[in-house]
Amino acid sequence: MPGVLVIAEVADGKVLPVAFELLGAARSLSAEGAGPVSALVPGQAHAQELIARGADVVYVAPEALAGQMYDAWLPAVDAALEQSGADIVLLGQTASLGRDLGPALAFTHRTAVAPEVVALKLENGRLRVTRPCYGGNARAEHTFAGKLQIASAKPKTFDALEPDASRTGEVKTIDAIGQSRITVLSVEKVESEGVRLEDADVVVAGGRGLGDPSAFTMLEELAKLLRGAVGASRAACDLGWYPPSSQVGLTGKTVSPTLYIAVAISGASQHMAGMSGSKNIVAINKDPEANMVKVAKYAVIDDYRKVLPAFIEEVKKLKAQG
Amino acid sequence: MNIIVCVKQIPDPETPASSFRVDEAAKKVVPAQGIPPVVNPYDPQATEAALRLKEAAGGGKVTVISLGPESARDAIKHALAMGADEGILLNDPGFEGIDNFQTAVALAKAIEKVGQYDLILMGRAAADWDMGVVPMGVATLLGIPCVSIAKAIERVDGKVRVTRVLDDGFQTVEAPLPAVVSVSNEFGEPRYPQLRQIMLAAKKTVQVWNAADLGLSPDQLGEGNRWLKLEALYVPKVESKVEIIEADTPEEKARILAQKLRADKLI
Repeated sequence: MPGVLVIAEVADGKVLPVAFELLGAARSLSAEGAGPVSALVPGQAHAQELIARGADVVYVAPEALAGQMYDAWLPAVDAALEQSGADIVLLGQTASLGRDLGPALAFTHRTAVAPEVVALKLENGRLRVTRPCYGGNARAEHTFAGKLQIASAKPKTFDALEPDASRTGEVKTIDAIGQSRITVLSVEKVESEGVRLEDADVVVAGGRGLGDPSAFTMLEELAKLLRGAVGASRAACDLGWYPPSSQVGLTGKTVSPTLYIAVAISGASQHMAGMSGSKNIVAINKDPEANMVKVAKYAVIDDYRKVLPAFIEEVKKLKAQG
Repeated sequence: MNIIVCVKQIPDPETPASSFRVDEAAKKVVPAQGIPPVVNPYDPQATEAALRLKEAAGGGKVTVISLGPESARDAIKHALAMGADEGILLNDPGFEGIDNFQTAVALAKAIEKVGQYDLILMGRAAADWDMGVVPMGVATLLGIPCVSIAKAIERVDGKVRVTRVLDDGFQTVEAPLPAVVSVSNEFGEPRYPQLRQIMLAAKKTVQVWNAADLGLSPDQLGEGNRWLKLEALYVPKVESKVEIIEADTPEEKARILAQKLRADKLI
């Protein structure tokens, strides 16, 4: 029996949200006829949570697998594939696991992986994926030659289902763990102040068009006011105007906030690839022909130096009215 | 220390969207007029890492391999001008239209043919297809570990110690040699080839190996034997529904914008 297997990564005792998003995508595939949805997770404690988010079966691997490198995971994934009969595997494109595990799994099974997909569908019972390429300038659609079809997605690409505590599912134990050839010596976390960019409901982002790194202070004020986070284009980061950890785009973070305010960002395709999932886009730009203006819901065609201070004042006034 | 670096020549990723064209029937990118192909931007960092490791070890050889058309010789020459010792171009009509999985197979065969290696370095991904699966593919096919997205690499007690870039920080890991390591942009600026080195590089040999030299048969090659089938390639269409805020002054536009966002319950 075919089916979809979602790999759920655990960090600091919590399932990474991308697993819930992939379960949402897996349920859509299941509704199209892809078969039951299963999940593989290290640690019994997470089983019910994954069922509530859409898993029919949860394979519980040893808790010690959490945080290990890709090669330690391979025996557990193989066991889950064998038991479930799944022919589709979905992973989160994370640097800590999925980015490595996807291709490692593909090559050991003599099949392909499609990394960073933005859409999944079933066609004649087989997976068909869409992914951006050429720096976001193009979209490619792929199918797989091999039986096993593997795809990964960046966090925030798909929507998670609301947890449903009344959902029921099976929990099975997998006692497989590999010996990684790679030893983790240390992990250093870089804490960002305030709201995490990837989790922010509002993102205020600036680009090279700001013309001046000090303008980011104004973006920070606005972001704080809207309880959001500040993002930057690659051009602005390359110029050293803002830390690379705040870069939004193909080689940076993927965000999909409710509101994305793009200040002086022209909208190079590689930047759009990181924020095109935003629900509402506002463009503040001098150039009416800018790409960002075309995709926006609202656009102000003017100098941000005059627009932003007035905008911040008005937002403060509206907030004060409650 | 013997190091193999794999590099790729790609269409210039800075090609403006307005010059970017796709032949949808052929499922190929049409080369932009007057914009020559370039070395994949992550690859000079892999070459830089190889050169620094060789210098730290006090000896060894850096071999550069590229799979591609005759023009990919330029990507190899760039690495040779940076200081790499030898180049190998993998060139065969059967390589036309292959995917990165077939590429990994060909690179692994070439690396086995080179024979002596302690470390294999590559860029974290190629900026054309943006997949980043070849390093892991080569490692898996060779049966050695792969450490991805390195910002720092050093050799310690016969092992490779790598600082990896994570989504929320960094991780330092150690792997036995030989290993594959993919290098990220955080590694730092690669050296710029000097004129004298460019002249010297012109004298360095670039061998050319075809599919038969690698022991690859036609049923492993060509677009028809891709592992990841390419069904469609197109430029996404954007249908604009933008409302341009009109007013006499920028300040007035800003106030209208705020009020509209408030009405939409977005702020």
